Amino acid sequence: MINKGSKVLLEVKNLKAEVVVDGVGGVEILKGVNLTVRAGEVHAIMGVNGSGKSTFSKVLAGHPDYTVTGGTATLEGKELFSLAAEERARAGLFLAFQYPVEIPGVSNSALLRLAYNTLQNERGLEELDPLEFEDLVQEKIKVVEMDPSFLDRSVNEGFSGGEKKRNEILQMAILEPKLAILDETDSGLDIDALRIVANGVNSLLTPDNAVVMVTHYQRLLNYIVPDYVHVMDGGRIVRTGGKELALELEARGYDWVRAAA
Amino acid sequence: MSSAIQNLVNQPYKHGFVTDIETEAVPKGLSEDVIRLISKKKNEPEWLLEFRLSAYRHWLTMEEPSWPNVVYPKIDFQDIIYFAQPKSKKQLASMDEVDPELRRTFEKLGVPLHEQKMMTGVAVDVIFDSVSVTTTYKAKLAEIGIIFCSFSEAVHEHPELVKQYLGSVVPSGDNFYAALNSAVFTDGSFCYIPKGTKCPMDLSTYFRINTEGSGQFERTLIIAEEGASVSYLEGCTAPQFDTNQLHAAVVELVALDNADIKYSTVQNWYAGDENGKGGIFNFVTKRGLCKGVNSKISWTQVETGSAITWKYPSCVLLGDNSIGEFYSVALTNHLQQADTGSKMIHIGKNTRSRIISKGISAGRSNNSYRGLVKIGSRAAGARNFSQCDSMLIGDSCGANTFPTIDVQNVTAQVEHEASTSKIGEDQMFFFAQRGIGSEEAVSMIINGFCKDVFVHLPMEFAVEATKLLGLKLEGSVG
Repeated sequence: MINKGSKVLLEVKNLKAEVVVDGVGGVEILKGVNLTVRAGEVHAIMGVNGSGKSTFSKVLAGHPDYTVTGGTATLEGKELFSLAAEERARAGLFLAFQYPVEIPGVSNSALLRLAYNTLQNERGLEELDPLEFEDLVQEKIKVVEMDPSFLDRSVNEGFSGGEKKRNEILQMAILEPKLAILDETDSGLDIDALRIVANGVNSLLTPDNAVVMVTHYQRLLNYIVPDYVHVMDGGRIVRTGGKELALELEARGYDWVRAAA
Repeated sequence: MSSAIQNLVNQPYKHGFVTDIETEAVPKGLSEDVIRLISKKKNEPEWLLEFRLSAYRHWLTMEEPSWPNVVYPKIDFQDIIYFAQPKSKKQLASMDEVDPELRRTFEKLGVPLHEQKMMTGVAVDVIFDSVSVTTTYKAKLAEIGIIFCSFSEAVHEHPELVKQYLGSVVPSGDNFYAALNSAVFTDGSFCYIPKGTKCPMDLSTYFRINTEGSGQFERTLIIAEEGASVSYLEGCTAPQFDTNQLHAAVVELVALDNADIKYSTVQNWYAGDENGKGGIFNFVTKRGLCKGVNSKISWTQVETGSAITWKYPSCVLLGDNSIGEFYSVALTNHLQQADTGSKMIHIGKNTRSRIISKGISAGRSNNSYRGLVKIGSRAAGARNFSQCDSMLIGDSCGANTFPTIDVQNVTAQVEHEASTSKIGEDQMFFFAQRGIGSEEAVSMIINGFCKDVFVHLPMEFAVEATKLLGLKLEGSVG
């Protein structure tokens, strides 16, 4: 599993960020985060509400609500913070949203095709026409065990919580990112949906890509087994360990980490 | 709202140039003398002058409507030029005689006047200020009995038709602006499709206001005889002036037994600047009469321009089994105001109507849907379906819906649905995170929102409408 020699995908050094409220910054949420993710690795970031873990994923993806005030982050050596959000996505950074938005009137397949072809252009590859794309998407949709009728429906409109999360993983399957960040993908999922989503993510893992899961609970980690577990608290990663750290956390609670830190 | 969202809605108006051409105008102001002068200049028959004068006398007794949900300074009707026309000495025999300056203007606007150059096979009547400058494909259409010409020409060539139908759908005293138009209208398009004839090409009118301080008062009359069918397109632009200009048109459609009229509009009058200075006041009365059994009238409009839009393309469903449709996209940005919608008046049995209205508000604009569905006591089995959706871009704009439903027959079925949505930062971030830039994202969201309307536009118009919405919103979302 852990291969110290494999290529570094994500390198975050001393990242500090503030939340922007009504156009004004001010409240520092991230206070110096360090993280290195190599190809082939699965990382879990855990922590209590407000510890900064969701903020961390949004800052990396370029959400406009946050301002980076210090530190660096690179994806395959590319400086992320000099890129616009869409450029980061095209560089291979994928964020599976905690609360996927609904886009009325825009069909799932139209969105997927536009996103896919934008990426193909970026990579200097041929765009797929609707028929060719249909073949690709029919193959990928099996990953998340979704009914093909979801492709013709408006993006996330009228989807259940579980269907929305599966739809996120479908997008990941189509876009094949280098680094996928799953922001509380397990929240609001029943046990069957959790299994489907986890199976989907596992099937997409390769020695060349990596996954960072942000979660409250150990539960997800039974299905997607991490190589590293990080505990975030007060805007910093305060402890890092193997998958057994998650079990210990589950048993002893976050106060235990705080006390130890 | 982020600055990126702002930037996307704020694309400058492309058609704001003025053509330097000699025009001949009647002095500002309105009186019986001005009306007599207009009528004389157009060499009109006595009955038409009488029609104008009676409309004018009626207008004098009327009040400007104050019920629309729009705000604007009181219009000084004595400060408007009621008639302006490009100076030309004689009747044009062919397209080549059109003033080169005028021809360049329309080429700049993407309306080629050369029939040879027209790839789409659309016959065009071009109205510059108040006067029809040219009508293409006229001869070809005449071979199958279709009359497509300027209104003035119809008055002289086909007076019996004009006399029979003028004011038959929109009476001269119908409302304040219709009365004003009836008194001072200067030109417009006339179209007659004879019995059993399917018009082989789309007919199109292109309206252009050029002279500062002039109003545009055109009149369109379309008659589809039994079993006839026609698709009609209307496009409009105006130069950028700091003053407001009044556009008060009247469109009348008549469909006899089994006839079918489809009327599509892409309205891009100058909307004023981002502080609300200048722009067209678009106060228009459009109404279709489904006079015969099984007749059908369908309005499709994409309203993106004008400082103020006030129009309610309507259908009077008189013939049994007749069908009325209204598909509308109204986009407002900056300080634009739109109060638009439709009226469906069900009189005949088993009449059906459908209203699909999509309002998009951005900037500090205000966008209202106003509609009336009326089912008369004899309209057994009548059905209506209305859907009014609003989309807000940013948080400084407004959207309203004012539906009125009046049902006097118990066998009628009326449905009304409404929704409001918002292009939020979260949607934009979602698209960005999937690698899609903000302009494409907005265009995708808007097109998704308007899909149910765009499918009813003729192909070239649908492409134009999609592009236009993209341009209008450029800079407003991000």
